[in-house]
Amino acid sequence: MIERHLFLVLWSTLVATAVGLPAGILAAHRPRIGRPLLAAASIAQTIPSLALLGFLLPLPFIGGIGPRIAIVALILYALLPIVRSTAAGLRTIDPAVIDAGVAMGMTPRQLLWLVELPLALPSIVAGIRIATIVGIGTATIAAAIGAGGLGEYIFRGLSMVDSTVILAGAIPAALLALIADGALTWVERRLAPGRQRLSRAAPVAIAAASLLIATLAAGEIRTARPDAIVVGSKNFTEQVLLGELLAQTLERRGLTVTRKLNLGGSFICDRAIRSGDIDAYVEYTGTALAAILKQPIVKEPEAAFTAVRDAYGRAGLSVLPPLGFNNTFAIVVRGADANALGLRTIDDLRRVEAQWRPGFGYEFAERTDGYAGLSSAYGLHFTTPPRVMDLDLVYRALASRQVDVIAGDATSGLIAALDLAMLQDNRGYFPPYHAVPIVRSAVLLAHPEVREALAQLAGKISEDDMRAMNAAVDVDHQDAAATVRKLLARLD
Amino acid sequence: MDTTRGDAPIVSLAGVRFAYDGRIILDDLNLSIAAGESIALLGRSGAGKSTLLKLINRLILPQSGTVLVEGRDTREWDPIALRRRTGYVLQEIGLFPHLTVEDNVALVPRLEGWPVPRRRARAHELLELVGLPPSEFAARWPRELSGGQRQRVGVARALAVDPPIVLMDEPFGALDSSTREELRSEFQRIRKHLRQTVVLVTHDRDEAFALGDRVTVLEHGRLTCAS
Repeated sequence: MIERHLFLVLWSTLVATAVGLPAGILAAHRPRIGRPLLAAASIAQTIPSLALLGFLLPLPFIGGIGPRIAIVALILYALLPIVRSTAAGLRTIDPAVIDAGVAMGMTPRQLLWLVELPLALPSIVAGIRIATIVGIGTATIAAAIGAGGLGEYIFRGLSMVDSTVILAGAIPAALLALIADGALTWVERRLAPGRQRLSRAAPVAIAAASLLIATLAAGEIRTARPDAIVVGSKNFTEQVLLGELLAQTLERRGLTVTRKLNLGGSFICDRAIRSGDIDAYVEYTGTALAAILKQPIVKEPEAAFTAVRDAYGRAGLSVLPPLGFNNTFAIVVRGADANALGLRTIDDLRRVEAQWRPGFGYEFAERTDGYAGLSSAYGLHFTTPPRVMDLDLVYRALASRQVDVIAGDATSGLIAALDLAMLQDNRGYFPPYHAVPIVRSAVLLAHPEVREALAQLAGKISEDDMRAMNAAVDVDHQDAAATVRKLLARLD
Repeated sequence: MDTTRGDAPIVSLAGVRFAYDGRIILDDLNLSIAAGESIALLGRSGAGKSTLLKLINRLILPQSGTVLVEGRDTREWDPIALRRRTGYVLQEIGLFPHLTVEDNVALVPRLEGWPVPRRRARAHELLELVGLPPSEFAARWPRELSGGQRQRVGVARALAVDPPIVLMDEPFGALDSSTREELRSEFQRIRKHLRQTVVLVTHDRDEAFALGDRVTVLEHGRLTCAS
């Protein structure tokens, strides 16, 4: 993870320096060109990192999941500090020194290399230092699009609600940032004019060393086998477990599998499988219809499956038979409240709609089959607007009384663990969300054993199985791969 | 207004006019400077003294009239070649803070492609000449020197490739009066060893008369009187 993190940060910083340095020189010498350049770099800096990744995803050449797009995003962030500090370093040189150089008969090039750049070097290194530190922090976001790095621990920890795992990513990232800061500050001080300096070759040596580390780190990463089946998953516990389930089932058949788990939301997984970045992942029929295919909601499970299968089939994707369980949305309240107020169905919530505050994940808050549909189906109107947060956090928020009612997953392991109660969908509002493996049809043609292997899972995973596995990971902090291994052993 | 004698002048300005931002700085200026002569141009600040120097090493070109250096119009000179034949000493000195004293002095020789031992020997020779023993000063950084010592380095740097012309813009203006006295006499001593043409501009009457073989007053963009 840490090699991958270094790989992302070093490559992006190196490229940003190679681009930013000339841009900074241009900005200092030709303000008319330089000002718009700086403005463009500033704008890139203001785009929130997740949004930037979202914009870049669909672009040709650089788009698609994986490290490439993360590096592009990190380059865009690194540009501003480098361009700005290069320009500032050049502009703050004592004009008398420049005058002396010109009057002495230096060509513009000699002036740049012998006077301006050496004098601006501490400022340039300061810019690279800031870019590196920002990069180390921002690179944690790269895990959302499957680029790996320390952010993978952080995202995994968030979905497991396990701060130890979050710290496993956060502490090394912070340490890396501190080390980079210390090392580059030292270099910066040594480069201050009028000091017994590092040898002239030092900046070259540093650049070469980081290039070497970056290349070595890249070697570490390019180990994905070309014939491997790439299994993906979204970034929450159940999805990671299902990704493992597909991966281990295929591996038991002797196939080589590469895991790209924890890939952000439905949108990113869908993009990834359509572009061939991943070969298989598990989707839910209701999500596929409403959020991905943007089709009308189908309440009848068989019809929903058929609709999904046909639509994906036209896009070269095969939908395999459902795994068994239905991970529908669940409207969940605290068990104590449910008992005290006698809440059993979603209809009963109307009695508390004036006092209670709802809390939803981003997808439920946005989707038409989410909160909007729910409130019109049940005539339910909470006085307080819902608090929107990461799906992984809503259970804790409910248990700690920050919100009073949440939309969670029916298969969440936390419902039992935190003593929460699921309200009955008495009006049958929520469509079925049966878990179905989606595989690229081309892969099924090339490896017919993939279909056979995954077909063995059909109907085998019950809601109780899924809830138990989720609880094993989220509540008992067990390893996802080990949990899946146990389940597969039991199914044998 | 012309006091040329003997050979063709090394620098001559004829009908030179220079305006900047709509303000006339030099107007129909004529001046001839003989080779080996030391001329002091005396004038208040803003009289156009620095402009005149910059015309000679082609940091600027006149809007009308001609500036001839060694018989050639500055418009035809390659600016880089011209500037390497004209040493320049600034009031602000402008030593390169990232180079040692020795490397500052040896910079123009380095630009000219001199081999390292030769430019090193030259730098030491010049430091000796300006009264800074190289054993003590060669490896120092500019920030470790006093103002007077810095200007001595500035003079040494301007003389590095033995240019035929040396331009000095208020060379000792920023120094305290006792240091100024000291450097003035030092410079007179140095002048005896060298045969350069010196064009010096200053607002200080005493300095002008102490350092110039000839003193010219620059006022309202013209040379109004010569001695």
